[in-house]
Amino acid sequence: MPERERKQKPAPKEREEETAEVTAPAKQGEKLKEDLDDLLDEIDSVLEENAEDFVRSYVQKGGE
Amino acid sequence: MAVPKVCGIETEYGVVLRGTPDPNPVLASSMLINSYVEHRKVGWDFEDESPGRDARGYSREGSLPPEVETHLVNTVLTNGARYYVDHAHPEYSTPECANALELVCADKAGERILARSMQAARRVLGPDQEVVVYKNNSDGKGNSYGTHENYLVDRALPFTSLVRNLLPWFVTRQVFTGAGKVGSENGAAKVAFQISQRADFFEEEVGLETTLKRPIVNTRDEPHADPQKYRRLHVIVGDANLCEVSTFLKVGTTAIVLAMIEDDFIDKDFSLASSVPSMRTVSHDPTCRATIELADGSHCTAVELQWEFLRLAQKYGDDVGLASCGGEDVGGLVLRRWEATLTALELDPRSLDGQLDWVTKLGLLDAYAQRHDLEWGDPKLALVDIQYHDVRPERSLYEKVVRAGKVERMVEEPAVLDAITEPPGSTRAYFRGTCLARWPDSVVAANWDSLILDVGSEPLRRIPMMEPLKGTREHVEPLFEQCTTPTELVARLSS
Repeated sequence: MPERERKQKPAPKEREEETAEVTAPAKQGEKLKEDLDDLLDEIDSVLEENAEDFVRSYVQKGGE
Repeated sequence: MAVPKVCGIETEYGVVLRGTPDPNPVLASSMLINSYVEHRKVGWDFEDESPGRDARGYSREGSLPPEVETHLVNTVLTNGARYYVDHAHPEYSTPECANALELVCADKAGERILARSMQAARRVLGPDQEVVVYKNNSDGKGNSYGTHENYLVDRALPFTSLVRNLLPWFVTRQVFTGAGKVGSENGAAKVAFQISQRADFFEEEVGLETTLKRPIVNTRDEPHADPQKYRRLHVIVGDANLCEVSTFLKVGTTAIVLAMIEDDFIDKDFSLASSVPSMRTVSHDPTCRATIELADGSHCTAVELQWEFLRLAQKYGDDVGLASCGGEDVGGLVLRRWEATLTALELDPRSLDGQLDWVTKLGLLDAYAQRHDLEWGDPKLALVDIQYHDVRPERSLYEKVVRAGKVERMVEEPAVLDAITEPPGSTRAYFRGTCLARWPDSVVAANWDSLILDVGSEPLRRIPMMEPLKGTREHVEPLFEQCTTPTELVARLSS
């Protein structure tokens, strides 16, 4: 079983990103859900109309 | 012994011609490229192509040599890239890059070029017709097309050393290179979702084939450079990546691993008991907890084996340095990102949403399935899988995630836009691209390792470019400043 040495701490640059402002968890959760809903709306608006037809007709020649 | 890891990515794009009853993908691909190219196309010089030569020094009975298609559209761009039709797909090969960050930029510029090609093609197509291109590797019907990486390697390194170390490397790096895929194929076990688009298509450990019975380690020996000094390692196992962090890790880590192999720095044998099934085992487990068996009978997860490679790479960076791996800055960044990625893969792979393609795609699939109450197997999820890779900026699901601010980019968009027309200054691509930009009517033909110029009088002049690191901006900018015609350039180079 390969051994593993103790992990180093993340470099300072990466750690800085973790100390962002903390908003109240409930609000953060709501905002995330809102953002996700917006993204899903966007996706719904551009998704090919007939999924079954599209997927069935998406055929490629084998390449390398 | 480690030579600078000059690298590039060639991508076969999926192509669909809509609005016609009998679409011809070769024609569609040709039209796409022809539409894009505004200047006179440079013919590709096939004289030195030898895709059938095998690195092991022989050809196996029954192996099918790949064909070099000489009659299809094939052109070189001013950014030093090659843009052509290959096996009924539009293919884009980035110019040679000196480090992983440069390559992320060059690869992303390729997507922009394909997008512009689609726009340009609209001018010649009927009102109800459209060519649409997809940067992925699988059609869900048993057909796969590749995204290949190329790395400059020391010719003196025995190919067997490469094979021994690369098998476990390629099997395990999937945990961050995979682009994600709904379902499985090619006789593999049924899964709802897997990490890699390509894993199911690999059936051999080593070999020359690229279109069937695909080998994890490809032996194609076509250096496109001084064959005494260099080998070009041709890697066919990778996925097409849209997330820049994925591309960066894929290329950056592999460059370091190759340098370590060249410098004989890997002092352990990580050989797996059975690489081909292990490739699927790793891909089929999005929790990243499945174990694979090593040749010595022990078991570990892919991430644990990756930690072994990383530990060695960190020591290599300390003891030997990363000059050959894109330099200390980029090399150091690769090591830090690699470590952060492995840490996250162990704690919670889903936290890499926006960094790894398979995680980002899986996030979309889960959310979309939940919103519309869909089961795995619903065609809408297969559609999300494909449309994630749509290269049209307004239809790409990946681009939607980018615009939602959820994707981490590694390069700035202005740099990507520059890379559409400007070659990297760090390799011979600079010489190729600059000649083409300045004297498009004089560049008669081009190859990776040569240029043929028409200087206005017989004969045509062939300029060899056998050193990937010669012909850089530093080397030849003064030359270009002093020469106004190709005749002068050739005269100066000959003296």
